[in-house]
Amino acid sequence: MDFDYHTMRAFADSWMLLAMALFFLGVVGFVLRPGARRAADEAAAIPLKDD
Amino acid sequence: MKYTTETMLVGLAAFLALLGAGFAADEPFRAHSYVLFVVLALATIVLMRRIDFSGDKMIPLRADGSQTGPRGGLAAQSQSAATASVAYMDDVVRYGVIATVFWGIVGFLVGVVIASQLAWPDLNIQPWFNFGRMRPLHTSAVVFAFGGNALIATSFYVVQRTCRARLWGGNLAWFVFWGYQLFIVMAATGYLLGITESREYAEPEWYVDLWLTVVWVAYLAVFLGTLVRRKEPHIYVANWFYLAFIVTIAMLHVVNNLSLPVSFLGAKSYSAFSGVQDALTQWWYGHNAVGFFLTAGFLGMMYYFVPKQANRPVYSYRLSIIHFWALIFLYIWAGPHHLHYTALPDWAQTLGMVFSIMLWMPSWGGMINGLMTLSGAWDKLRTDPVLRMMVISIAFYGMSTFEGPMMSIKSVNSLSHYTDWTIGHVHSGALGWVGMISFGAVYHLTPKLWGRERLYSLRLVNWHFWLATLGIVVYAAVMWVSGIMQGLMWREYGEDGYLVYSFAETVAAMHPYYVLRMLGGAMFLVGALIMAFNVYKTIRGDLRREVPMGTQTLQPAE
Repeated sequence: MDFDYHTMRAFADSWMLLAMALFFLGVVGFVLRPGARRAADEAAAIPLKDD
Repeated sequence: MKYTTETMLVGLAAFLALLGAGFAADEPFRAHSYVLFVVLALATIVLMRRIDFSGDKMIPLRADGSQTGPRGGLAAQSQSAATASVAYMDDVVRYGVIATVFWGIVGFLVGVVIASQLAWPDLNIQPWFNFGRMRPLHTSAVVFAFGGNALIATSFYVVQRTCRARLWGGNLAWFVFWGYQLFIVMAATGYLLGITESREYAEPEWYVDLWLTVVWVAYLAVFLGTLVRRKEPHIYVANWFYLAFIVTIAMLHVVNNLSLPVSFLGAKSYSAFSGVQDALTQWWYGHNAVGFFLTAGFLGMMYYFVPKQANRPVYSYRLSIIHFWALIFLYIWAGPHHLHYTALPDWAQTLGMVFSIMLWMPSWGGMINGLMTLSGAWDKLRTDPVLRMMVISIAFYGMSTFEGPMMSIKSVNSLSHYTDWTIGHVHSGALGWVGMISFGAVYHLTPKLWGRERLYSLRLVNWHFWLATLGIVVYAAVMWVSGIMQGLMWREYGEDGYLVYSFAETVAAMHPYYVLRMLGGAMFLVGALIMAFNVYKTIRGDLRREVPMGTQTLQPAE
């Protein structure tokens, strides 16, 4: 495997870009999945429980 | 407490610093080593005075069997250690709050001084106190000393509260605190001695950088260790922001400071990169110092302290998670907008611009999330100036994250770049967003940490609020006018095709704005001094008797 600039550059703007885009869309999908509201409400209450 | 090993290590380090001074390869390194020696020697003396020699290993004074002292002491010690491992570690947070207030005032004061130096050049005192050396002192003092201490203190506080776990690593948190103060002192004294890498916001030379790396790894270990042993199943979003800040700053700091020292005991080093690669690495660092130090870290602060102060959960927790991922995915690409119209390839400039504009969306998502946390509780703004401070900071966050993307557009940048407009933009972000949210956190924490019923005076907080807000408004407005005037004068061509103004004429035209800018900064400094007084009185336990905020004086009916 050859790690020169052009190989890295080609990797960065193809597979890496796709991987990061999919990860981000996965996060958004996971956050907005059905049933996430209750978990989110519980998480939001963490700072207010006590000191 | 016993600090025997620590004291010996600090003493040894002081001796090594003295050796460094003796064998220094150049004069600046010698002077800097003497500074380090004095600091470490003083630290050794302070530590030695705190060593408790009354431990069980001491030879008992009386051999008649009545030596209950050491044994009782030991039992009490182990008992207090047992309770201490359950309780939160707040001493280091208390020190952090005081350090935040102290460095804030130092940083703001140096800012007012250098603003005065620009207005009245006679105030440049050669060689140590000229503008070139004082300017990095100001930026590092406000960003790394004030902002950094605020971040370390609040992250230690928040991670314990939201994980319901004591800080991991025992005294490692103290190492982080004092190690970071040593970094600040070495960086600041280095600038005044003329030791610099000339990289903006990364001026300290290689040996100070190495020290900061050690401290930062310890900081990461304490934070991660606390997260690992949390009792709360979910990691609250504020901790995600704090962790992103710690991890990214570690990466940025290491890569941007890759350099080769000229000598093992010399102050000078050369960057591992050259030419435009060096410039891009620097601004990849520089803009992400804004993105991850001054934004992500303080967003962590916002996501904990605004809900706490308003006593309401954050408006949308799901939005906060999308805010987090969108922000960290986009920010890292925005750096090239600092290099528009330079030797940087055009596609890289456009990439930086496009990502900067896209950043507007997560930024405003976060702003809306922060502001809407108050929905249904807006009346609290009348009675709670601390909450008001947090809200104005979010408003300034929204304003400067709108202005920033706009300034990154190439055609706008061709007018704004290198002018005072940039300085105004930075200050509306730094004074408005970073400063105000930190003040809010300090006011929230002080009564809690010292077990006081409330702050000494809410009316003084109100004074601080208005002085700071008006100071920022004066500063930013003046810099807009001065920056746009400067940019227009620079590009003004006459009918003969020559530039109309010489550079010196544009400098002379800015004098009144420089004076006004100094006044805006001075108002902000006075506000911070009021805060220091208020915090001091609160720690002492004084309560000012005053009419509560928001009460109306009713007129009798006639």
